[in-house]
Amino acid sequence: MASAAARVLEDGKSVFVGTGLPIIASMLAQRTHAPNLLVVFEAGGIGPKIPMIPISVGDSRTFYRAVMAASMDYVMCCAQLGHIDYGFLGAAQIDPYGNLNTTCIGSHDQPKVRLPGSGGANDLGSLCHRTIVLMRQDTRKFVEKLDYLTTPGYLTGPNAREKAGLPRKTGPYRVITQLGVMGFDDDTKRMNLISTHPGVKVEEIIANTGFQLIIPDNIPYTMTPTEDELRLLREQIDPNGIVIGG
Amino acid sequence: MNILNEGKGELNAWMDPDDARDWMSEKKSRELTDKIMPIKEAVKRFTFNGGYLAMGGFGHVRVSMAGIYEMIRQKRRNLIMAGKTAVHDIDVLIASGVVDRVECAYAFGHELRGLSPSGRRAVEKGKVKVVAELSNAAFQWRFKAASMGLSWLPARVMMGTDTFRYSAMKTVEDPYTGKPLCLIPACYPDFAFIHVHRCDKYGNAQIDGIVIEDRELAMAAKRLIITTEEIVSENEIRDAPDRTVIPFFMVDAVCETPYGSHPGNMPLLYYSDEEHMTEWLTLSQNEDGVMKYLDKYVYAIDDFTEYITLVGGVKRMEYLRKLERLEAPLSTPWRRGERNWITIPLN
Repeated sequence: MASAAARVLEDGKSVFVGTGLPIIASMLAQRTHAPNLLVVFEAGGIGPKIPMIPISVGDSRTFYRAVMAASMDYVMCCAQLGHIDYGFLGAAQIDPYGNLNTTCIGSHDQPKVRLPGSGGANDLGSLCHRTIVLMRQDTRKFVEKLDYLTTPGYLTGPNAREKAGLPRKTGPYRVITQLGVMGFDDDTKRMNLISTHPGVKVEEIIANTGFQLIIPDNIPYTMTPTEDELRLLREQIDPNGIVIGG
Repeated sequence: MNILNEGKGELNAWMDPDDARDWMSEKKSRELTDKIMPIKEAVKRFTFNGGYLAMGGFGHVRVSMAGIYEMIRQKRRNLIMAGKTAVHDIDVLIASGVVDRVECAYAFGHELRGLSPSGRRAVEKGKVKVVAELSNAAFQWRFKAASMGLSWLPARVMMGTDTFRYSAMKTVEDPYTGKPLCLIPACYPDFAFIHVHRCDKYGNAQIDGIVIEDRELAMAAKRLIITTEEIVSENEIRDAPDRTVIPFFMVDAVCETPYGSHPGNMPLLYYSDEEHMTEWLTLSQNEDGVMKYLDKYVYAIDDFTEYITLVGGVKRMEYLRKLERLEAPLSTPWRRGERNWITIPLN
């Protein structure tokens, strides 16, 4: 999952990362094919050489050997101005249009489970050119209708983002789970399957998705993580197993 | 301008900018006066029941925990808190009954550590009410609008979502582009605490590393209490004025509280105390544990100096300094519910 996510990130591009697995994937990309990946954190860290997993997206690791220790205003303005290529998020629920919920399960005023809320997710999902979502896939998480729409995907479909006032040519790009990689259909803006991870059957993906997923004819396997990637993850990036293997 | 949509969240801490100007003109002084006082006095003078509270810093990073614990000891009640990525601070304020309403961008969670047992429980049982939702950028820009002396700022976030529907924002048609635009109302907190690296007796405060939202929050707050790792001379400030983030005339009180962000991180000085956070996350699984924690670390002691001794004193702080400099291995005992951590020995 971390490896598949890391490979989406390109050298010489910028990524705004949320807490957890997105950080791991960005660190892996920096240590493999994208040494010049510009990582940006919402509390103000710009371009750090992340030495170890930050526990907070605002802690001192997020501006370690950075090019700038700025402010939230500054980095959010960078995103609104169009400098951020990728936004990297996790979520508790996702719908067919890539809309995300990180606020509550059940009703807002009397929630069954209260989650932390938007944090910077709504901002990243609104302002970054492409949003990448990393989350576990099952029918409770991949749902037809969200309990609460925290962060915009394609909202209700084609042109809905622009109609709502969000910047043009933005929106969700990839959804990466423990089972496979998904994208979005150009015409309908609904989620489609791009690849399954090695050994995962298409049926398994369908069984773990609570809505109609667009399934093209030929589905390749996601590239297997290399030995080098696995070693980096286990030895350098997350030796305590804080995020991976959880 | 044509209003297109309105969120149904409560609008709190907003003022007409002319009223804000009157406040700044009459209640803030441009005179250089010594504002050093004990944190007890600052909390007594500048915080009040029912007020709107905002904390500087982010998550568990550079948060004035010394101010938080003192508000709990003074039994402040019915506060509304800015959940602008609030972690341990809001947890203990809710658990102790100080905060009963939250304007929420991020709260009830501990970032990488997972959800907060006690924060979640409070909302799910209706003990705490989320009065409005918003995003982190929107919170930052609420303070920015206030810092500019405006009643709102436009932005391109929140639109099309439930985050907007439960917020106090409005959308209008941009008179220049014709596209929808979100109006973010100014936020003037009744009182704010900002923890800094160094400050002189007048309140000229310097922060090392990222400033997060504090430049604007300092300007927006009606009352501002600075807690500082150290008080330095005015000369030292004047030697490096480019490092000053908050000038004296924004500040109402200066309190010296070394290690005042513990158990949080103070960038470049000490890292967060993950053993302590684990103790809280473990104990706060139930209400008895919450009381045990508060009794031990807040009620049973008189001030922050005693607290620092209690959590391990100089020896512990030296370890956290090493951790910050990447010279000691990080232990994360909260990881996957493993509770095999050892209680921190007192020195």
